[in-house]
Amino acid sequence: MTTETKPDIDIDRSVGDFRYEMDYAFDAGIGLNEATIDYISDVKGDPDWVREFRKEGYRKFLEKPMPTHWATKDLENIVFENIRYYLSQGQVPKRTWDEVPDDIKKTFERLGIPEQERKFLAGVEAQFDSEAAYSNIKAAVGEQGVIFVGSTEGLKEHPEIFKKWFGKVIPSGDNKFSALNSAVFSGGSFIYVPPGVKVKHPLQAYFRINAQNFGQFERTLIIADEGAELTYMEGCTAPKFETATLHSAVVELVAMKGAKIQYITVQNWSSNVFNLVTKRGIAHEDAEVKWIDCNIGSRLTMKYPGVVMKGKGARGEVVSIALAGDGQHQDTGAKMIHAADNTTSNIISKSISLGSGRSTYRGMVHVPKHLKGCKNNTECDALLINSHSRTDTYPAISVRGQGNAVQHEASVSQISAEQIFYMQQRGLSEAAAMSLAVNGFVNDLVQQFPMEYSVELKRLIDLEMEGSVG
Amino acid sequence: MSAPSSSSLSIRDLHASIGDKPILKGLTLDIPKGEVHAIMGKNGAGKSTLAKIMAGHPDYTVTSGDVLLDGESILGIEPDVRARLGLFLAFQYPMEIPGVTIANFIRAALQARLPEGEELEATDYYAKLYSKMDALSVPRNFTSRSVNEGFSGGEKKRCEILQMAMLEPSYAVLDETDSGLDIDALKIVSAGVNALRGPNIGMLVITHYQRLLDYIVPDKVHVMSEGRIIHSGDKDLALKLEAEGYDWVEKEYSAGKSAV
Ligand SMILES: Nc1ncnc2c1ncn2[C@@H]1O[C@H](COP(=O)(O)OP(=O)(O)OP(=O)(O)O)[C@@H](O)[C@H]1O
Ligand SMILES: [Mg+2]
Repeated sequence: MTTETKPDIDIDRSVGDFRYEMDYAFDAGIGLNEATIDYISDVKGDPDWVREFRKEGYRKFLEKPMPTHWATKDLENIVFENIRYYLSQGQVPKRTWDEVPDDIKKTFERLGIPEQERKFLAGVEAQFDSEAAYSNIKAAVGEQGVIFVGSTEGLKEHPEIFKKWFGKVIPSGDNKFSALNSAVFSGGSFIYVPPGVKVKHPLQAYFRINAQNFGQFERTLIIADEGAELTYMEGCTAPKFETATLHSAVVELVAMKGAKIQYITVQNWSSNVFNLVTKRGIAHEDAEVKWIDCNIGSRLTMKYPGVVMKGKGARGEVVSIALAGDGQHQDTGAKMIHAADNTTSNIISKSISLGSGRSTYRGMVHVPKHLKGCKNNTECDALLINSHSRTDTYPAISVRGQGNAVQHEASVSQISAEQIFYMQQRGLSEAAAMSLAVNGFVNDLVQQFPMEYSVELKRLIDLEMEGSVG
Repeated sequence: MSAPSSSSLSIRDLHASIGDKPILKGLTLDIPKGEVHAIMGKNGAGKSTLAKIMAGHPDYTVTSGDVLLDGESILGIEPDVRARLGLFLAFQYPMEIPGVTIANFIRAALQARLPEGEELEATDYYAKLYSKMDALSVPRNFTSRSVNEGFSGGEKKRCEILQMAMLEPSYAVLDETDSGLDIDALKIVSAGVNALRGPNIGMLVITHYQRLLDYIVPDKVHVMSEGRIIHSGDKDLALKLEAEGYDWVEKEYSAGKSAV
């Protein structure tokens, strides 16, 4: 090999697009069958009920059709036989960065994770391919009884809480990809916040795909007990590969009576990633579940965070920003299931389509007949930048019964050549003018982000715009 | 034709069209630094087109002639580069930029003028912004309003001059900045423009009304018709145009042409 003469990394314009060579101690090989699942269960030392859960998920995965009847045919380009389902160095998540193996640590250092942790986070979990390399929570937060560990550790060390909710918010047979995740899941976070504990600073997870032809299937379960409050943030990146990569997570949230969970995602996948994620939360009486979802990058994202408002007075909210660059498809939206009186849901979605990029909004708001005093507000705004980009809106609002109110607004706008000229006349380059206009379009939503993340988001938008102009 | 001064904004025999339609038909004009020139002319004469072509609007094609900024041609250069070279255009119809606040917009424009890696100093910036806003009687809460969105006609014009005051151009073209202004606003905006006058700036003021030129007294007045300058004079020309209209100039011009 001639690698010595070349730099060991390959930097592109995007911060996440670099990759260090790795040797993996555990590799489930290419393709998926029952033996793959046994291999994963063996490596992870799963209890029997988890092995059974996986096999059940696998059966459902085989049964379920691809959702191509309503979504895109591009899904048919995923070749499940070509994917590697488990890769790790056999690492147990470390509690200090010093213990994290150098080759993994340098990746996260480059992504700025340890620095962010010092500055503003209550805890961090950093996943590299299939397993977390690092997982730590600030002592003060741990002392309040907050549990923040990887899913593997969660199911082993805290089965009494874990088992009660795992797979209950999102049954493994919910859709083909939740079934696939159930079969091969690895990594992701398990969080429990005890009654009345309000975690002041965010907990953060970072998901990094490093290997080619790889599938990342993390599984996150968050439970906020009565009156507890928590903000969780996840970031994700992958380097650019020639071949398709699959990211298919399942995230389940449980907000007990009066609890509040805010779940923030800023994804920046490279343009070869199929990102097919199922996210849903249950909000009990007077509880609140809020998803703030930012989808940048990927080849195809299909993601519709949902809230089941199970208790009276529960609130669900989805705030989403999707940016479909050239050749990308963001198929995103929200599902709001009202299942008790006086429940309120709010959906605000903004999408930006560039070049041949395509954005689709799919919303589902369900209020059954017997309920009273339920409200939904849905706003979706699309911004098109240049003529061949495309946007579709499919709101499915089924509201029955008396005294329930829904409001739906949608708009499509464009950045005009005259606006760009006006901004250029003030000295801004075309790309800077585009960025500014796009940032202006999402500005009111970005305000809802923690500062550090809104800065990151702005930077990502700037990078996308730079790449798309000129 | 006199040679353009190296310290001027100079338009040399400019021909330009949109699609197949010629709009500028041999326009020559020289605005030396330190001077204020006014252009008057009927609707559709091509005044705004001239302004946009100087600023580099992509819809227009220059078929011949040149535009020189301090002796260097700026044709074929991107609009933002021209702006950073010191050319400012106060638009007849300023655009709305939803979600982008005035403060962030002007800040981004100033930031674009700094060398790579250098950051605009925020406190100095706001101090300057507020003082210019006060001078132009722009309420301070405008900093957090989106650029031109929901602004009245007069507010838009005032914000154009605010931007000009902040960006300190070396040449400014003001396209009908007076239209839509009430009497008080006209005085305030004119005072704002006059405050920027000086040896380091050349201005071209496009207007329909002599009244503006009572406040912003021009060194020269030009009459534009069908894509050309057909007559030039001192500030008294504006008074005569106001009193007598454009017909006599056009007649004189065509008589002069047929005599040649
Ligand atoms: N984009 C365009 N497409 C077609 N014709 C155009 C375009 N822009 C300008 N014109 C035409 O060019 C001519 C000059 O227009 P321009 O706006 O420059 O006039 P003006 O002198 O600024 O007029 P006003 O005093 O009404 O502002 C007009 O006949 C106008 O219709
Ligand atoms: Mg005009």
